[in-house]
Amino acid sequence: MRKRSRLSHFNIASLALGLGFLYLPILILVIYSFNASRLVTVWGGWSLRWYHEFFGDRAMIEAAWMSLKVAASSASIATLLGTLAAVALSRGERFGGRTLFSGMLYAPLVMPEVITGLSLLLLFVALNAERGFWTVTIAHTTLTMCFVAVVVQSRLGSLDRSLEEAAMDLGCDPVRAFVAVTLPLIAPAIIAGWMLAFTLSLDDLVIASFTTGPGSATLPIRIYSEVRLGVKPEINAICTLVIGLIAIVIVIASLASKLSSAQGESAAPL
Amino acid sequence: MAEELRKMEAAAGVADVATHPAPDQPLLRIEGVAKTFGTFRAVDGVSLDIRAGEFFALLGPSGCGKTTLLRMLAGFEAPDEGRILLGGKDIAHALPHERPINMMFQSYALFPHLSVRDNIAFGPKRAGMGRADIDTRVAEMMALVKLEGLEKRKPDQLSGGQRQRVALARALARRPQLLLLDEPLAALDKKLRESTQGELMELQRRLGTTFIIVTHDQEEAMTMASRIGVMNAGKLAQVASPRELYEAPRSRWIAEFVGDVNLFDGEFKLRDGHRLVIATRDAGTLVVAEPREPTDGTRLSVAIRPEKVKLSRLGPVSEAGHETAINRLDGMVADICYLGGSTVYKVKLDTGGIVQASVANSARLDADAYSLNQHVVAWFTPDDCVVLPP
Repeated sequence: MRKRSRLSHFNIASLALGLGFLYLPILILVIYSFNASRLVTVWGGWSLRWYHEFFGDRAMIEAAWMSLKVAASSASIATLLGTLAAVALSRGERFGGRTLFSGMLYAPLVMPEVITGLSLLLLFVALNAERGFWTVTIAHTTLTMCFVAVVVQSRLGSLDRSLEEAAMDLGCDPVRAFVAVTLPLIAPAIIAGWMLAFTLSLDDLVIASFTTGPGSATLPIRIYSEVRLGVKPEINAICTLVIGLIAIVIVIASLASKLSSAQGESAAPL
Repeated sequence: MAEELRKMEAAAGVADVATHPAPDQPLLRIEGVAKTFGTFRAVDGVSLDIRAGEFFALLGPSGCGKTTLLRMLAGFEAPDEGRILLGGKDIAHALPHERPINMMFQSYALFPHLSVRDNIAFGPKRAGMGRADIDTRVAEMMALVKLEGLEKRKPDQLSGGQRQRVALARALARRPQLLLLDEPLAALDKKLRESTQGELMELQRRLGTTFIIVTHDQEEAMTMASRIGVMNAGKLAQVASPRELYEAPRSRWIAEFVGDVNLFDGEFKLRDGHRLVIATRDAGTLVVAEPREPTDGTRLSVAIRPEKVKLSRLGPVSEAGHETAINRLDGMVADICYLGGSTVYKVKLDTGGIVQASVANSARLDADAYSLNQHVVAWFTPDDCVVLPP
């Protein structure tokens, strides 16, 4: 009994240390975003001054808007393509080069971002594509598609194959069986994949800076260029807003996936 | 006159074929069907006829190809060779939804996101039935499997037995010509399995639907099916009624797979009327009733079921002149296995072999029960023996 309680003290300590290591810097950043002082490192009392400053900063707002647009569209395209790839890989007939294909799909997971960014830049230059919103969106799609595919494929793998067979046995052709049975059951994974893609895209600095063009800087690029000239307290405010946004999105996503598994009946297009 | 009669018959025959298959034509005909996975021949040239209204069981150990054969009937696998005729039409390469066949899955495969009602209504809805008709059909199916009142439940809110019933109702809701059941009772506990066996048989009789059940449980197959096809290594080893399968197995393998059996290897010595005299390696000379001549050489096996071996202290009193009519083996009780309804004695024979005898415990207090190391005589008649190829 004593041994167990000592172990539990150790567990609490390590948990506190781990969480502190992860979240203390973020907590400090959030607190300092409400700092009234002009100096980042000196506490000057509570204030919303830097939030005012941010909403007055046209360039920053534009960069934030660009980031949201890129994240939403690249996440949507990546979810569509990644889901299709996952279905093809786990449900399709065993085609030649299947292993190679799945290996290639997952390569961006481990590929250094610099290489992905540089190769995409070379591609866009070779194609003579005008760099801007669409090039960043395409680049982020290639980055995040494999994450969606991994999430959806693992859900498909845990799904009983005979569910689809039962649907076909009861009168569905393969496509309708997928829509009526498989899709409602993998919907939580698809939603989770979209969220993951969205946050990854919102995060990304390296690939975006390779593939963006003049006048279409994303928020991370904008922040990075500001920081190079010295950290302004305004950056803290922006970061706090981004953290808040991501937290809200994740809470909504987990609620949605819980709801979709509980109320699958009405969601099922029968 | 004769010419006219023949014409009339021919005309009648044609008309008959046009409306429904001739009465002597089976509902399902499997012709030389084979399926290979890589280099593994899962189903190897199976031919089988199944009549309408039959309760047929495919029995075999795991990996014998019975499930693959069933999946080819359902349309989830396409045969590499052979034809599958349903009512005279080749359906070997038709898709699952194009066949008037439904299947009940081993895992039940209930749609977890749909209620019991919607699971059962899934098939009729796909068949394009109207809403009122679907409601009637669902109510009918719920009553059939005695699940009234559970319409709104989700599959994960049901017990194992209830899930099994929903799966059955869902598979029957389209009124298939043929119902396939893949190990339908494997997930139930013994008591529930036994009562469900009875209900399935009752249901099949009432509906008149043709059932094909796949099972590895020989007792289950024998209880429910009117005919059993035993499969081994992708081939049909024997198709017979339960009694024929048990009393007249065609090979050593079937005799050992279906029930318990004593097997004695030996050599054919001479024929005495309808009887063969066989010199066995470890049970002395046995006399066996067998009208046919052994075909391949003189080597053969004698099979005798344990419950047909009688035990006594002194041996049967045989009348003079009938002495060869009974096989008499002397030995010692080496092992006693009490099973409740019966007791299995293992008797070590003086000639070296071991014979198992299953004795019904017909009295509660049995003062005459044999004890360990007691000398006994095991005896059986020539009629109870079966001669099998070695």
